[in-house]
Amino acid sequence: MSSLTGHRSRREPHSILPWLAVPALVVFVGFAVVPLVGVFALSFTTWDGIGAIHPSGLTSWRAVLTDPGLPHALWVTFLVMAASWAVQTPLSILLGTFMAGRQRYRAVLGVVYFVPLMLSSAAIAIAYKALLDPNFGLGAGLKIEALSKDWLGRPGLAFGVVVFVVSWQFVPFHSLIYQGGVQQIPKSLYEAAQLDGAGRIRQFFSITLPQLKYTIITSSTLMVVGSLTFFDLIFVLTEGGPADATRVLALDMYKRGFQASLMGPASAIAVILVLVGLALALLLRRLGGRDAGASQLEGA
Amino acid sequence: MTTTLTEQRQPQKATHRERQRRSRQRARRHNWACGLAGWLWLVVVAVPLYWTIITSFKAKSRYYASNPMVPSKDPTLDNYRFVMESDFLRYFLNSVVVTAGAVVPAVVFSFMAAYAIVRGWRMRVLRAVNGLFLMGLAIPLQATVIPVYLIIIRLHLYDNLLALILPSIAFAIPLSVLVLANFIRDVPKELFDSMRVDGATEWTTLWRLAAPLTRPAILTVTIFNSLTIWNGFLLPLILTQSPERRTLPLALWTFQGQYGVNVPAVLAAVVLTTLPVLVLYAFGRRQLLSGLTAGFSR
Repeated sequence: MSSLTGHRSRREPHSILPWLAVPALVVFVGFAVVPLVGVFALSFTTWDGIGAIHPSGLTSWRAVLTDPGLPHALWVTFLVMAASWAVQTPLSILLGTFMAGRQRYRAVLGVVYFVPLMLSSAAIAIAYKALLDPNFGLGAGLKIEALSKDWLGRPGLAFGVVVFVVSWQFVPFHSLIYQGGVQQIPKSLYEAAQLDGAGRIRQFFSITLPQLKYTIITSSTLMVVGSLTFFDLIFVLTEGGPADATRVLALDMYKRGFQASLMGPASAIAVILVLVGLALALLLRRLGGRDAGASQLEGA
Repeated sequence: MTTTLTEQRQPQKATHRERQRRSRQRARRHNWACGLAGWLWLVVVAVPLYWTIITSFKAKSRYYASNPMVPSKDPTLDNYRFVMESDFLRYFLNSVVVTAGAVVPAVVFSFMAAYAIVRGWRMRVLRAVNGLFLMGLAIPLQATVIPVYLIIIRLHLYDNLLALILPSIAFAIPLSVLVLANFIRDVPKELFDSMRVDGATEWTTLWRLAAPLTRPAILTVTIFNSLTIWNGFLLPLILTQSPERRTLPLALWTFQGQYGVNVPAVLAAVVLTTLPVLVLYAFGRRQLLSGLTAGFSR
């Protein structure tokens, strides 16, 4: 980069370069930065979403922070995050390693694997809602007792379904990332290990896993930060129910704001969501010494 | 740095023989755990897809009595006809308008910004702009929907397709700029220099040199953003109201709310709304998949 800088400094000072960034900057500031600041501001107001906005100091924050709904939503968010991470990571590593091979049948399998990535969360949730229906779904049709439970009607089951469907949708994406990671491991490492007489399992734990360290961090960052934004899927599947068992923060924000018309408290929840997201991104960056996005730019 | 690029170049570099040797090596080291996981997951993915497709061709009256895993003996298109009669063509057009209307400016603006950031790295202004976009990657942008809703109301754009387009562009910018900047950085400096010697302006260099040389990245970013926006649900949910403004995912949801008991029709709607994406998938699987992992593959 330094050579570029040195060469650039000879140029005329009135470069048009900054102007090229203006269109992107205007839209981004207008519809992302201003709203981000705005959500802080709105959390100190009272607004029903239609009428006038009244400043109301800490009222919204007091309401949100004393509401037992908040720790519950935080807890559910954390559970969804932890459970979907714990299900997806080992599966994605196994599948990624599997797909990194080059046999033809794997290529054929690949065609089916990635279909879930193309579908909208809404479409996936709607298909699963139909599939899991206790009366008209797949289990009922097959007359299998174990499969015709009221999947979305009981808190524990509904939570499990959410984690399962999330994994169904996103495991392909993460195995794709791991596939790339596995393909970059130098083959000589395995050859050396084989000469030393290390078995497959030993090779996996002492070569594959350590070599995938950065891939694991990238994938985990995306999973964890991404899990904060599972709105569509959960909204369509369960609407946060039953008995708020799947009411994650994003859903809590939507319900307070757009269903209960309490935009002030909903904005406070949104602020918490932003802070949780930032904290997680920083934490994961600390853990791994780099994170998904910035690392690439720093390395440039 | 940009491993996406190196990854895409590698297969070209590896000679055919080298590839054969590698695949033989792989085959010898057969991996049971991975193989088992692979086949199991195939079943897990395929069963719901298979069920969705075959059920969508079953007559509503026969659905409840039939074995759910066996395709109908006399498949019917009635469900699809019913979905088409429920205004899905309009929803499809809305989705096309929103996706095209957001993706084209998002990619063009991001490309211009990425070019400026790479070429003007010595300018503090542009480094600050870059920092701002990077921040956008760490923040769950859904958290900003309440103020976005307020802004859209104040602009009198509520229940207008433009209301979906503007925030979609903004949300697409951070990742697009990041990926495009990584690729522009790989363009050899000498090429820029020779353009300058020829008296080309930055504007000409941008379109005549940088754009053609980074075409794969532009395609990747376009695909990624198109999928994200095409499948978007939250913005249409909060920024539109009337049925004529629905995009496909939202229409799907209201359709299920209305006809939930008619399982074959609901599933026909699911299949129909995903058909355009699946057709693209069939033709350009490689590009689509590299588009999906955009800047993320390690």
